[in-house]
Amino acid sequence: MDTAAVEVTDLVKSYGSTTAVAGLSFTAPRGAVTALLGPNGAGKTSTIEICEGFRQADSGTVRVLGLDPITDARALKPRVGVMLQAGGVPTGARAGEWLRLMAAFHADPLPPQELMERLGLVSVARTPFRRLSGGQQQRLSLAAAVIGRPELVFLDEPTAGLDPQARMATWELVTELRTAGVGVVLTTHYMEEAERLADRVVIIDHGRVVADGGTDELTGADQELRFRAAPGIDSASLLSALPAGCRVEEFPGGHYVVTCADPQALGPGLLATVTTWCAAQGILPEDLRVQRRSLEDVFLELTGRDLRES
Amino acid sequence: MIDPASRTSSVSFAPAPGAAPLPRMVLAQAGMELRVLLRNGEQLLLTMVIPVLLLVGFSMTSLIDIGGGSRVDFLAPGVIALAVMSTAFTGQAIGTGFERRYGVLKRLGATPLSRFGLLGAKTLAVLAVQVVQITLLSAVALTLGWSPRGGLTGALACALVILLATAAFSSLALLMAGTLRAEATLAAANLVYVVLLGLGGVVFPIDRYPDAVRPFLEALPITALADGLRSVLTEGAGLPLAPLLVLAVWAVAGSLLASRLFRWE
Repeated sequence: MDTAAVEVTDLVKSYGSTTAVAGLSFTAPRGAVTALLGPNGAGKTSTIEICEGFRQADSGTVRVLGLDPITDARALKPRVGVMLQAGGVPTGARAGEWLRLMAAFHADPLPPQELMERLGLVSVARTPFRRLSGGQQQRLSLAAAVIGRPELVFLDEPTAGLDPQARMATWELVTELRTAGVGVVLTTHYMEEAERLADRVVIIDHGRVVADGGTDELTGADQELRFRAAPGIDSASLLSALPAGCRVEEFPGGHYVVTCADPQALGPGLLATVTTWCAAQGILPEDLRVQRRSLEDVFLELTGRDLRES
Repeated sequence: MIDPASRTSSVSFAPAPGAAPLPRMVLAQAGMELRVLLRNGEQLLLTMVIPVLLLVGFSMTSLIDIGGGSRVDFLAPGVIALAVMSTAFTGQAIGTGFERRYGVLKRLGATPLSRFGLLGAKTLAVLAVQVVQITLLSAVALTLGWSPRGGLTGALACALVILLATAAFSSLALLMAGTLRAEATLAAANLVYVVLLGLGGVVFPIDRYPDAVRPFLEALPITALADGLRSVLTEGAGLPLAPLLVLAVWAVAGSLLASRLFRWE
């Protein structure tokens, strides 16, 4: 049990002349949530599908629960749950019968009825897959991924296209899986999702890992002070009021961010300085708050601001 | 959409993985395949409605010249052959093509059910539908005055011909579904159904075609199946060796090609 849930080393995968994965390495611990975070086309799905045994790597090694996803497929399949990005269910199959079929493939499955209750699928148990809403289809696929009581689940964009309520339900389920000791590897391009769910975040761009660590490690201890005011306030004047080593940045829409090289500088004193300066200028700073750098900031810094696609 | 009370239910996700025994997996999958097949209206049109209409329509009218003898005695084996083909080839090619397109085969590939198990389940579902078809068509034909010959040994000979034909048609269906796009499979499989319905001695006697094309027609799996059934049921012959040989060649060639060329995605 001392091997990692997933261990990927120097993974390379090309399709024709397109390199999808270009020497990617990461480790996902057991019983923890690992998020592969990146813009569309970063190589997340290729990576997860190689881990699932659907695709063969061009080079590099992949170990899932210490085993090879292709040569040890027979031993791995009962132990690993899979949720594809889309589809995977016959259009004419009813939600309930599909889940019962998935249960029949396992020795000691979760009771399908209880799982459907848990995921709010009871009312559509007799509805064919093609008539389910996008969110219901996603939840059915999620249910099918966990029904065999796996040790590890791979979820490829589990909340893409879900409404906020359904997304919250999925997050709760993932958290519960983790509490029960199930390892979760998921892909997402929602920063918030990675930040909320993951113990470990692997940021991928252009088929490479650009950052890898716990969410705390990635966002660091750096704090920043943010507020909103009319665009075009006199930043230079504000800066002159602040201690040395601080910076003031203005973003579109009148968003202002104050950061300091010395973490100690960003304290109650700085907050007082900023509000005093604002008062003197007759400016009301709205949404004023001191916060840690968000994963979104890290993500955008690493992958470039022009790469956001969703 | 989500009942808030449901969130408190006590499903335990503690890992307890393990595969079910193979027979249970295969039976469960076969049951799913069968239910999806029987619920699909277009499939039922091909597998049940058209064969019954052909049988009734051509038995009760003289629209086609079968060259003497009882009309229903000639037509029943041909229509049964068509029904067998419609399920093993047309229905299976279209169904599997769309399963591949919608990622169903891929998803099943991530379950403990092996490819061998999936093939077994598909075969069981096809055979189950054929039992329903043959029962239905036989009942209709008997009502129309069909008097099949051959007795029990004849029935066994027919079962052998049908099993071998099912193997041949299934391998060709999977070859098509596993290599072409789903839409192309849909079009091609329906075209093949119509063409073979016309050429394969199903309702039009094959001796009406020019001598030059007859060897080609006789090499078709549908002709071998229809001729094989007709020689036993209509003429009271023993085991139809030539049709069995033709079907065996198709089954072996189709299986070899399908196992080489089939792509799961």
